[in-house]
Amino acid sequence: MNSEIIRVLAFLVGVIAFAALNAAYLVWLERKEAGHIQRRIGPKEVGPFGLLQPMVDGIKLMTKQILIPDGVDPILFRLAPILAMIPAIMCFVTIPFSQELVARNINLGLLMIFAFASINVLALLLGGWASANKYAVISAARAVAQNVAYEIPMLVTVITMVMITGTLNLNDIVAQQPNISQWYIFRFSASPLMPVAFLIFFICSLAETNRAPFDLNEAESELVAGFHTEYSSMGFGLFFMGEYANIVIGSSLAVILFLGGWQDPFGLFPGVWWFLIKLYCLIFTVIWIRWTYPRTQFYGLLNLSWKILIPISLFNLLLTAGFLKVF
Amino acid sequence: MSHPLPLNNQDNQESFVLNLGPQHPATHGVLRVKLTMDGEYIMHAEPVLGYIHRMHEKMGENRTWAQFMPNTGRMDYLSALSFNHGYAALVERAMGIEVPERAEYLRVITVELNRISSHLVWFGAFILDLGGFSPLLYAFDDREHILDLLESVTGSRLTYCYFRFGGLYNDIDENFVDGTREFIKTMRERLPMYHNLVTKNIILIKRLKDIGPIPKETIRKYGATGPVARGSGVDYDIRRNEPYSIYPEFDFDIPVYTECDSMARYMVRMDEIEQSMRIIEQALDKLPEGPVMAPKVPKILKPPKGDYYQAVESARGSLGMRAVSDGTNKAYRLKLRSPTFSNLSLFSEVSEGMLLPDALALMGSLDLVIPEIDR
Amino acid sequence: MDFSKLKERLTALALIEEVPAAPPAAPAKGEEEQPAAEPAAPVSRPAANDINYPARGFHFEVKVAADSVVAAATILDEEGFFLEAVTGVDWIKEKELEVVYDFTIWQPTCRVVVRTRLNREAPEVPTISEVCPGANWHERETHDFFGIKFSGHPDLTPLLLPEDADFHPLLKDFQV
Repeated sequence: MNSEIIRVLAFLVGVIAFAALNAAYLVWLERKEAGHIQRRIGPKEVGPFGLLQPMVDGIKLMTKQILIPDGVDPILFRLAPILAMIPAIMCFVTIPFSQELVARNINLGLLMIFAFASINVLALLLGGWASANKYAVISAARAVAQNVAYEIPMLVTVITMVMITGTLNLNDIVAQQPNISQWYIFRFSASPLMPVAFLIFFICSLAETNRAPFDLNEAESELVAGFHTEYSSMGFGLFFMGEYANIVIGSSLAVILFLGGWQDPFGLFPGVWWFLIKLYCLIFTVIWIRWTYPRTQFYGLLNLSWKILIPISLFNLLLTAGFLKVF
Repeated sequence: MSHPLPLNNQDNQESFVLNLGPQHPATHGVLRVKLTMDGEYIMHAEPVLGYIHRMHEKMGENRTWAQFMPNTGRMDYLSALSFNHGYAALVERAMGIEVPERAEYLRVITVELNRISSHLVWFGAFILDLGGFSPLLYAFDDREHILDLLESVTGSRLTYCYFRFGGLYNDIDENFVDGTREFIKTMRERLPMYHNLVTKNIILIKRLKDIGPIPKETIRKYGATGPVARGSGVDYDIRRNEPYSIYPEFDFDIPVYTECDSMARYMVRMDEIEQSMRIIEQALDKLPEGPVMAPKVPKILKPPKGDYYQAVESARGSLGMRAVSDGTNKAYRLKLRSPTFSNLSLFSEVSEGMLLPDALALMGSLDLVIPEIDR
Repeated sequence: MDFSKLKERLTALALIEEVPAAPPAAPAKGEEEQPAAEPAAPVSRPAANDINYPARGFHFEVKVAADSVVAAATILDEEGFFLEAVTGVDWIKEKELEVVYDFTIWQPTCRVVVRTRLNREAPEVPTISEVCPGANWHERETHDFFGIKFSGHPDLTPLLLPEDADFHPLLKDFQV
């Protein structure tokens, strides 16, 4: 058998395991962090520091009955959670955890991630629609409007980045940022607005992954549980894992594009650890934001995108183009 | 920001009915609101009540005057002492019982503590409605101090039955005074923190400012009272406009905001926490010695024939009680006028044309306690 | 603010009732209509009284006929009053149902009670929800509890009772 196929298979298994475990332990991190933000301890009963809690939760989810309510679209209802999880795993394939630790180092990695990431919104739409539940339908409509609105500034920012880096290969992009001063967030020679571009990318990835304060499609005080109101057991579990996998992908991209990816600023450990440290710092911030801010209104959310983020990111695109032309 | 309703579909082909409740996270209990929606715009909202209706008024007719006292703690579970106070004052008015001064002071102190705890729960739950989770835990942390204090003197934590006709069930001890002063000290540190972390938050301001405006005239037409009215520029508080107990002895302000929006109602309640603390401080300073129970209260109460009315300011507004006595040991008729019943009745008119999340911000700002509405 | 004009207008609506003549020394308007000790010739006067506030908790009461309720509510509304509550009382011995309207005003304090008595067999009174929208729910509640029909009311379906309730629990002959 071709060693390349074995390598890809090994990576696929690894990626699936990483995505699933990661989702489980991000829930633990989220609960712990929320607990400490709220002057509580968080999970502590199962295992040391409650570390086995996610395992127990996972077993509980898997042993529960999958309820398919009457009146739902039976095919789409089952398909939606799978559609939420698979593209998220596919995105992991091109993410370079270190120079060597990447399943497929393809030249169009960035494009591929965005292609697969946009399937996510389809999963939410299908899940909401197939549930035949009014809350779920409203939530699905919100998810689509939100994703369309935030994909634009995000992609414009990414185009700006591609103009600067001149490549869609994620490993090459990381290779261009060997030390802190050359991280793209601080690359003022390319455009003075680089930190702003990072901020736009970060906000957009929050909105794209439906995290607070943009979690309008699962606003529990309005829509009960949003698009996954009718889902139980692993149907819900897959949506949940998909959501956390998307957070990881969004944060990974931010790390790769702006924060030097696996490049180590001080040496100390190999690159993969630096990648994970940077990644989890960003994820920690994402969780921190969730437990600090109330939810935005829907028109506030769209106004932010169409009236603020899109003009700024377009301006940044033009500015960068000008800089590239002049210098 | 006002949102014109795109009601170009007059035949309502595109509208649908959304049942908010009776089990729904935003209704804080078992309220059900039947919403006719056009997309996310509310065309018509109809609150459906009665899911925990217990007919307290009938119970009032079947029990002696004293036996009904525990019922009063079971309507508004967040400010039960206001109901205690209203009922005790009503029967005292009917019987002509004089309450000792110390008892009146203690009534005011405990009722105001209860008001603060009620506003704290509202604060946490309201921010929770808006999607902010953490303030709830902080508010409950502060409220815990109040519950401990009230438990030490009343014996219960939520459904108090502390007042008696002519006084109180129990005198306080030194720990209560010290504990209350300690609580006020910590609360004075916490309130600025809440304002810094929550009130000044840009997202919160955007979600509350100009949302759910209730004009002054609507307030009057629907008989809304309490912080809801005071957020619409109505300077009306029973404690000052129709003084009862010993409220005239104290120096306190009635916070009034004229913006009419959800933010104004939010600010009224936050300011009331401070004003209640001022009242408690003054009451603790002036607290006289003496008995906490009137000396000669008859064992069997038989108020003279006639009807009597008593209004008190509960945490949610004007709480009215009307008793009709036929001269026997049971009420002939007992009417309980709960403030949120009237406050909620304007929801239908005000929420028309609003977006669903904004309407929920409005509903949260009305501070609903469902058992009190349903009685 | 002086409420004498309001009281005058409400008194004009009041029913004429016969009360036993008061002893010459006492004022014509007593605290309550207590039966006088010695029998005297009854006098007719409008059933509108100032009330001893500290003893009773309201300032003025007026008894009107059922069809004058809307007029009374309009007067009170024009004077800036608002409706606090509507409720009923079942006077089963007199075979009458009383409807009590509590009005009050923000400032200065003045509580006005409007009362009307209805035949217990067919209790019907015009709705005041046109004048005070807040009366809508109060009247529905009163309809729930007493079966009083508020003619012209937009929606008299049970508010607090179950939606198929056909009983009226606050009537004195209701068996628990």
